[in-house]
Amino acid sequence: MTDASQNRSRSGPKTSSGGFSLAKLLLEGRAFLALIVIIVVFSMLSPYYFSLGNFLTMASHVAIFGILAVGMLLVILNGGIDLSVGSTLGLSGVIAGFLMQGVQLQTLGVVLFPPVWVVVVLVCMLGALVGLVNGVLIAWLKVPAFVATLGMLYVVRGAALLMTNGLTYNDLGGKPELGNTGFDWLGFNRLFGVPIGVLVMAVIAIIGSIILNRTAFGRWLYASGGNERAAELSGVPVKKVQVAVYMLSGICASVAGLILSSELTSAGPTAGNSYELTAIAAVVIGGAALTGGRGNIRGTLVGAFVIGFLSDGLVIIGVSAYWQTVFTGAVIVLAVLLNAIQYRRRVRLPSPTDGPSTSPQQGGKARTADPAHEKIAG
Amino acid sequence: MNAAPQFEPAAADTVLAARNIVKSYGGTHALKGVNFDIRRGEVTTLFGENGAGKSTLMKILSGVETPTSGSIELDGHPVAFSSTVDARNRGISIIHQELSLAPNLSVRDNIFMGRELHGRTGIDFAEEARQTRMLMADLEEDIDPMTLVQDLRLGQQQIVEIARALSVDSRILIMDEPTSALSATEVEVLFRVIRDLTARGVSIVYISHHLEEALQITDHAVVLRDGTITATAKAKNIDLEWIVRNMVGENFDLGSPPTGYAFGEVALSIEDVSIADSSGSDRLVVDRLSLDVRAGEIVCIYGLMGAGRTELLECVAGRLPVTGGRVLLEGDDISRLSIAERISRGLVLVPEDRQRDGLVQTMSVGTNLSLASIGSFVTGMFLSRSRERSLIEGSIRDVRVKTAGGGAPIGSLSGGNQQKVVIGKMLTTNPKVMLLDEPSRGIDVGAKAEVFRLLAERAARGLAVVFSTSEVAECLGIAHRIIVMRRGRISAVFGADVTKEQIMAASGEAVVASS
Repeated sequence: MTDASQNRSRSGPKTSSGGFSLAKLLLEGRAFLALIVIIVVFSMLSPYYFSLGNFLTMASHVAIFGILAVGMLLVILNGGIDLSVGSTLGLSGVIAGFLMQGVQLQTLGVVLFPPVWVVVVLVCMLGALVGLVNGVLIAWLKVPAFVATLGMLYVVRGAALLMTNGLTYNDLGGKPELGNTGFDWLGFNRLFGVPIGVLVMAVIAIIGSIILNRTAFGRWLYASGGNERAAELSGVPVKKVQVAVYMLSGICASVAGLILSSELTSAGPTAGNSYELTAIAAVVIGGAALTGGRGNIRGTLVGAFVIGFLSDGLVIIGVSAYWQTVFTGAVIVLAVLLNAIQYRRRVRLPSPTDGPSTSPQQGGKARTADPAHEKIAG
Repeated sequence: MNAAPQFEPAAADTVLAARNIVKSYGGTHALKGVNFDIRRGEVTTLFGENGAGKSTLMKILSGVETPTSGSIELDGHPVAFSSTVDARNRGISIIHQELSLAPNLSVRDNIFMGRELHGRTGIDFAEEARQTRMLMADLEEDIDPMTLVQDLRLGQQQIVEIARALSVDSRILIMDEPTSALSATEVEVLFRVIRDLTARGVSIVYISHHLEEALQITDHAVVLRDGTITATAKAKNIDLEWIVRNMVGENFDLGSPPTGYAFGEVALSIEDVSIADSSGSDRLVVDRLSLDVRAGEIVCIYGLMGAGRTELLECVAGRLPVTGGRVLLEGDDISRLSIAERISRGLVLVPEDRQRDGLVQTMSVGTNLSLASIGSFVTGMFLSRSRERSLIEGSIRDVRVKTAGGGAPIGSLSGGNQQKVVIGKMLTTNPKVMLLDEPSRGIDVGAKAEVFRLLAERAARGLAVVFSTSEVAECLGIAHRIIVMRRGRISAVFGADVTKEQIMAASGEAVVASS
């Protein structure tokens, strides 16, 4: 991932060859530091917190948000926002539930029971479709991303409610004689002791990371998020990139929806309500810029873990749900605040001392001060 | 010529004197002990290349930055400015090089931003509008106070910026590149305003890359090089060559058209192209214009602001649609192709505003350089890092970018080197036709010469080059053919042996613009 950090051009002057400096470590490490603090504090407060079993349980909670956040990161890197992922998650669960109950084809007089893999593929296609609508609205019809995806948030949620009449599908197990069992595998099974959801998140994160760092599409994404006009004049198909990004986000939401409904063994139309905000928070805590062009998968995942481990920790030590909300909000604001403070200091306080950077602070300052002088001077 | 640089002692008419100013950023010394005087009612021009420290010095004098050491005396008393507001209250204001207007607000609101006039019932908008109209009348610019800044041309925006500085009654007015987007007529008006101001006792500090222009208006010339003042003189004792010699320390010119080879086939053919005004009026910004450019030929398009140069180049590159006519690349109609398709066929544009359209500020020097040619280092699905690295390193060598390496942030480069990155990015696609819109805007003389030398080299190897400029001197450098545009049409075509006067007459600069 050294490539990504270079792309973000946050690294100090000594890091151009992909090495690392303390400045970079601290900057990227802030969210990680917060995660360690959270683990240490809750381990002291509760004897149940620090155990492999609990970590895996918490990780499987994180997985839902982590998957959503990876999709959200792609959108945010592009300079957009996707508010519809929570609703897409909900609709995906409902569609999965609907398909698991069997599809009645009245004209033919038969009931189709698609196997689980078909259900998964169809649901992912649904997510891509929602993303396609978002992307076309935003890229071609020039609707602001916030408004387009806000609209889809309502439309998709409404569709889920209409399909179920507000009720919940409880029977997702399938029947062996129909050949559609195995849906619970996603939510309940473990591979080498690790919940499947966590593994799915890891796979999605690795794929996302490869896309961002090693493919032309990833480079296009960073470029068009950093400066769309410059990217377009350099031959980047900015509109296609934009549409693709929302489709990928939609697919991530569908995958998260499948895992969640499998975990809950039920698919309700209100599942995933306000999850989009948690996903955005994870991306922001992970250091991505909402203006686009800066951010990476590693940070986003750490951000998702910070939120997940914090809220589960609060549950374990018995803090009321209302206070949990307050704490989570405070952490989000604090994370962004720290970014702002550090950035401001690096710009405003040039150090008068000479020589190569001996402290991370100084290295950062020298870098930010120099261009300002070189570029504007004269 | 008796122009020996000499340091005159602070005279009685010195309003502001900066003494031994040192400014360091980390280990970099931007200013190394500078003495600088501003005289009452006179224009002092600061000459120097990018990075010489001109803007840093002006920022210190206007309270944007504080010096590392040294002192400033205002009317003989030592002062320290805590902020720009502090400096403004003491009568010093600055017109920044980069426009600092809010595009979503009206001209009136921009001019009075932060110091609104209060009446009995809140802000006195009528009075503000009246004063705005007076300022615009002074600047001979027909801009309604209620026009949104975003609807103005760049040149008009610069006028608004100037008007804002004028609206504060300053004793010292610092102008950092005030004319970079102005047409010759607008510059004339600005100069008249400057003369009015100096007659009233206002002192002006002037910074410009247009040396000739600055020489016209200034009383004193001060040359800054590498953070040190290398020469000062009265303007009447010096000429252009003296300034350039002291700025770069050597004699220098913008080159001559490359010769010794025959032009190839027609590479780019513009046939009867018309482009509609983007603001929706039925005026054509480019009106049935035709132009053929051969491989190896360098064509310069000269014209005033609003002549349609930018629109023509952006249309050929695919950013704007043609309203009529067609564009042919090596005989194939490319009028309907996307920008990406035109690039892959060998037609590229280096845009006018490199910050807005040329560079991705969040990426490194290397990834900016490789952005337009990603396809050339993709293996299967993945980018080949080694091939990308060699492409980037080759490009850095090729266009001579001064950078710590491909991983350096793009913002760490000077304006001239950033421009070389934009040009280098496009050259790595191996284009057949390269369009450059004002390639020398905001870069220093040295970098300008390097850019033109690079274009001349490439032309000799068969690249067709079309560049636009608003500086007459640049037409007379490397161009084989000079096209003068006026109101969307070609008003004259010259060979390399044309004179400045002929070009300016054809562009309409000699007469007062009627529109």
